[in-house]
Amino acid sequence: MIQSIDYYAIAAPLILALVAGLVLLLDAFLPRRPYARPALGLITLAGVLGALGVVVSQALRGGAPLRTFCVPEGLAGPARAGLGALPPAGGPSAAAGASCSFVVDGFTLVFAGLVLLAGAVVVLLSMAELADGDVPVGEWYFLLLCALVGAVSLPAARDMVMLVVALELVSLPVFALTALRRYDGRASEAAVKLFLVSVVSTAVMLFGVSLLYGMTGTVYLDRLAQTLRETLHESVTGSGRPEALSGAGGVGQADRSDAAYTSLLEITYDLPPVVTVAVVLVIAGFAFKVAAVPFHAWAADVYQGAPIPVAALLSVISKAAGFAGLILVLVAALGDQAAVWAPIIAIIAALTMTAGNLLALRQRNAVRLLAWSSVAQSGYILAPLGVQSREAMGASIAYLVFYAAMNLGAFTVVMLVSRRDGGELDDYRGLVFRSPAAGLGLAFFLVCLAGLPPGLAGLFAKIVVFREIVDGGGAWLAAVMAVNTVIGLYYYIAWAVRIFAPVRVPLDGGAGPAVTGGGESAGAVFGTGGTHRGVLPVGVAIALTGLVAVAFSVAPQWALDLVPGAFTGSG
Amino acid sequence: MNWLPILLLAAPLAGAAALLAPSRMDAASRGRLLRVHGLAVSGVTFVLAVVLAATFDYGDPARVQFETDLAWIPGLDLRFHLGVDGISMPLVVLTALLTFLCFVYLCRGRADGPGQLLRPKAGGNRPRALVFTLLVLEVGMIGTFLALDLLLFFVFFEVVLIPMYFVIAVWGGRARRAAAVKFILYTLLGSVVLLLGLLLIWAQTGTLDMVALARAHGTGMSHSVQVIAFVAVGIGLAVKTPMWPLHTWLPDAHTEAPTVGSVLLAGVLLKMGTYGFARIAIPVLPDGAAEVAPWLGALAVIGIIYGSLACLAQRDLKRMIAYSSIGHMGFVLLGFATLTPVGVNAALFGNIAHGLITGLLFFVAGAIKERYGTADMPALGGGMLSRLPHLGSLLTFACIASLGLPGLAGFWGEMLALLGAFEPAPGLSRPLFLAFMAVGGLGAVLTAAYFLVMLSRVTHGRPTETVHAPVLAAAGGSAGPDAPALPDAGAHAAGDGDGDGDGKDATGGKGAGSGGAARGGGLRDVMGHELAAWVPLILLILLFGLWPKALLLITDPVVRTFMGAP
Repeated sequence: MIQSIDYYAIAAPLILALVAGLVLLLDAFLPRRPYARPALGLITLAGVLGALGVVVSQALRGGAPLRTFCVPEGLAGPARAGLGALPPAGGPSAAAGASCSFVVDGFTLVFAGLVLLAGAVVVLLSMAELADGDVPVGEWYFLLLCALVGAVSLPAARDMVMLVVALELVSLPVFALTALRRYDGRASEAAVKLFLVSVVSTAVMLFGVSLLYGMTGTVYLDRLAQTLRETLHESVTGSGRPEALSGAGGVGQADRSDAAYTSLLEITYDLPPVVTVAVVLVIAGFAFKVAAVPFHAWAADVYQGAPIPVAALLSVISKAAGFAGLILVLVAALGDQAAVWAPIIAIIAALTMTAGNLLALRQRNAVRLLAWSSVAQSGYILAPLGVQSREAMGASIAYLVFYAAMNLGAFTVVMLVSRRDGGELDDYRGLVFRSPAAGLGLAFFLVCLAGLPPGLAGLFAKIVVFREIVDGGGAWLAAVMAVNTVIGLYYYIAWAVRIFAPVRVPLDGGAGPAVTGGGESAGAVFGTGGTHRGVLPVGVAIALTGLVAVAFSVAPQWALDLVPGAFTGSG
Repeated sequence: MNWLPILLLAAPLAGAAALLAPSRMDAASRGRLLRVHGLAVSGVTFVLAVVLAATFDYGDPARVQFETDLAWIPGLDLRFHLGVDGISMPLVVLTALLTFLCFVYLCRGRADGPGQLLRPKAGGNRPRALVFTLLVLEVGMIGTFLALDLLLFFVFFEVVLIPMYFVIAVWGGRARRAAAVKFILYTLLGSVVLLLGLLLIWAQTGTLDMVALARAHGTGMSHSVQVIAFVAVGIGLAVKTPMWPLHTWLPDAHTEAPTVGSVLLAGVLLKMGTYGFARIAIPVLPDGAAEVAPWLGALAVIGIIYGSLACLAQRDLKRMIAYSSIGHMGFVLLGFATLTPVGVNAALFGNIAHGLITGLLFFVAGAIKERYGTADMPALGGGMLSRLPHLGSLLTFACIASLGLPGLAGFWGEMLALLGAFEPAPGLSRPLFLAFMAVGGLGAVLTAAYFLVMLSRVTHGRPTETVHAPVLAAAGGSAGPDAPALPDAGAHAAGDGDGDGDGKDATGGKGAGSGGAARGGGLRDVMGHELAAWVPLILLILLFGLWPKALLLITDPVVRTFMGAP
């Protein structure tokens, strides 16, 4: 069989991949002139914006979702009946429609747009980071674009194999990016740490995925869901409890608490426990990506060791990819098993936000604080998935969109300040007097992250999540999150106050070039402009994220409109 | 759509936004411009509030007037729904008035006067930031009273947190940092619980419209849901009010805040909590209110007694007034707990009266603290009436009003609350509320006791030279070492005058400022700008004390509609 490929559907990742190759070639052949570094950055930026243009055009196109890499209806998975440990139920393969590996629907477009916009900001930050000339520039942009390819194709993936490949495509370049500052021991340590944790979690997840495949005989998410659903039906009727049938069939339609209870019972008895094991293993794999407890320990060291653009990438793009994958697997494939995974997710969410916030309380370094705070924010994003309601996914995505703008904004200012003054929280003292725009911007982003006016974006994001939890009946989770919001406010406001506090040493009137890390020495060699070069792209990045955050504060509906109601393309 | 409520919010907001624009003027002219700006913006807001009050249809105060209902965030059902009725209109005017008076206090005084935070000083007291913060604070306060959408109410409720935090943390006293952190963490915890309660109401009824919810009287919500929602909303509001035992943030915040911060905190911010009870908790959740009312009443009378006893034990004047707020808010909560129109009217009246009286008290206490350099009562010495006759008289007047002397505004709130407790709503245990009434009456006596004790210690007796001018010089708030010393007419500070050229002028122009001659100890008596800020409050205290109907006529129809009473 020959598959036809819809090149329009895969245009975004394709453009990114081509530009990645182009950048690598240009780096090899361009003469070593001062303009080469910014030129490569601009080409990368153009590629990212081009991909973004494609995504926007796909979004404006409307109509049915684009699908490609499809398996036609008649063609079931290979040797369907032979492999499955579950009995083949009523010919699901015959009933199955065409299943596609790559679907561009509302869900895909939101995540792709988010990732590409964040990618553009990260490229801008990279241009500042690379201005000093210690890091190989071609490799950097190549790896960055590769990670973006993975992050853009991941939300479009509708089969397990593609999902895992895309997820690895996001992860692998990040190890190298982290370690690209070769002479920095902290960066190498961070890269090794990231690599080890990631590989272990990938292995765990692959085990879970293979169990699911072994049970159902398919890797397509929609068929997986169907098989699990029909097996449930069958085993219910088979076990001679016809009175329970209506309850099981009507999950979601019937009274919610009732249905959840019965389906919980039936799943634990009627589906083999191995499905539960597989679900737990898959969740564990994704929990690493989003730095959820108990896989959070890497966050602070890696964020601090990595260059700041990479830390920003980890905290937004890598995290968005992780959440996209998690939501795809949980909602699209295991939607009917919500009773199994929802309590697990709820507990993980509660632990994640608590651990992240408590650890952030004691930090004195800006990036470490952001690392733990982004762990805590992961908890808030996970929380709606912990209640069994259909719209929960929308709340998670909405929070993620708000979070991306706020957190990237904070990282842009941190980038600016760390190059000039240093990375400790006390270096932010009096920032608003030195550079009012950056100071006010950072204060705004922090207040947004804390979720208080005038940072209305953060407030509305939290309201969306709270609303979903309260609506879904997760009272204890709402209480935990309420307490966590207060804990979070403490460290955000402590940082924000430093921005407005007068400088402790009044003599330090100038740009304060003394207290910067060892990497600055190279910049000093290449010219006095080392600290000032690269301010422009960071300024653009601050302005961009600031505008988005303000827009989300004034008209949060724009962000809420982006959120898809359901997977239109999952069949 | 009506423009008046929108303008009420837009005026201070635009005024604050204008301050964000970078300006490169020299410090002196910018200082003047800044003061004019602050005064003008808050003045325009106050005028708008007066226009609102003047064009309000007093024939039908129960109807929501000046309504504006625009879609803001459809995804959250959040509508930009503003309007005023009989219970919010007085609070809007009070807020605009107090903010305006705060600016009068800050702006009109001479550069050398005490408490002039808007004057540039060597330590960098950032006048521009203060004006910005106060204007944003005003947006939040007015918005809270205008909002008719549960989430919009919550948003405005939160808007005040950050500005108030900065007012305390930047311009406050010695322990300001800790007090500010305590304030914001405590109140945010309350706010989050409040949010959960509001969302529970929304989840059950599917609407956020306060008017519709109040009209529905709790239909659509089961009894247990109402109780849970009332407890959540009540805790959130009680932190702000504050109700015993959730009050512990208040004494620190009040003590450390600068004068204007204390005035707005006591005068308006506390009212946001009690207003929430009148607007949301009781009308929307009547079953929950009926269930929880005995507890609310019990905590209220504990607060009354606790506040009074705590006041008796205080040495610091501002701290004592802060604790007295807890007692007064106890009366307000007791009024709500009765669930009768009389009680709720009493609570709303007490609300306004407390805003006026305690605002005045904090103004006067702040003026004392700035003159003496301390608010410690033993250190103040006594004999204020002979040392600073006008200031001493004003303090006496404010205290007498606060302890509830008939004929002044403080009386009606307390008396009517006790009357409401005498005959609580049907369904509530009458013996219990009679006990509350008795205990509350005891609290009223204790209130009188501590105010009189304080007055006898501070205003009466012989003036003793416990505080000397050097202390005064060092007491200029966050001012640096060469902050202008208080330019006393007396000999003490004459040598300090060289630090500030204005000092000499002020000495000459002092008589015109107030007419208060500097007698005894070289302290200046009440000055013009202080008088300008305080006289409106004094007049209103007298007005509402002598003619309580002026206020009750507006609130009563709304309360009767809310309570479903004829």
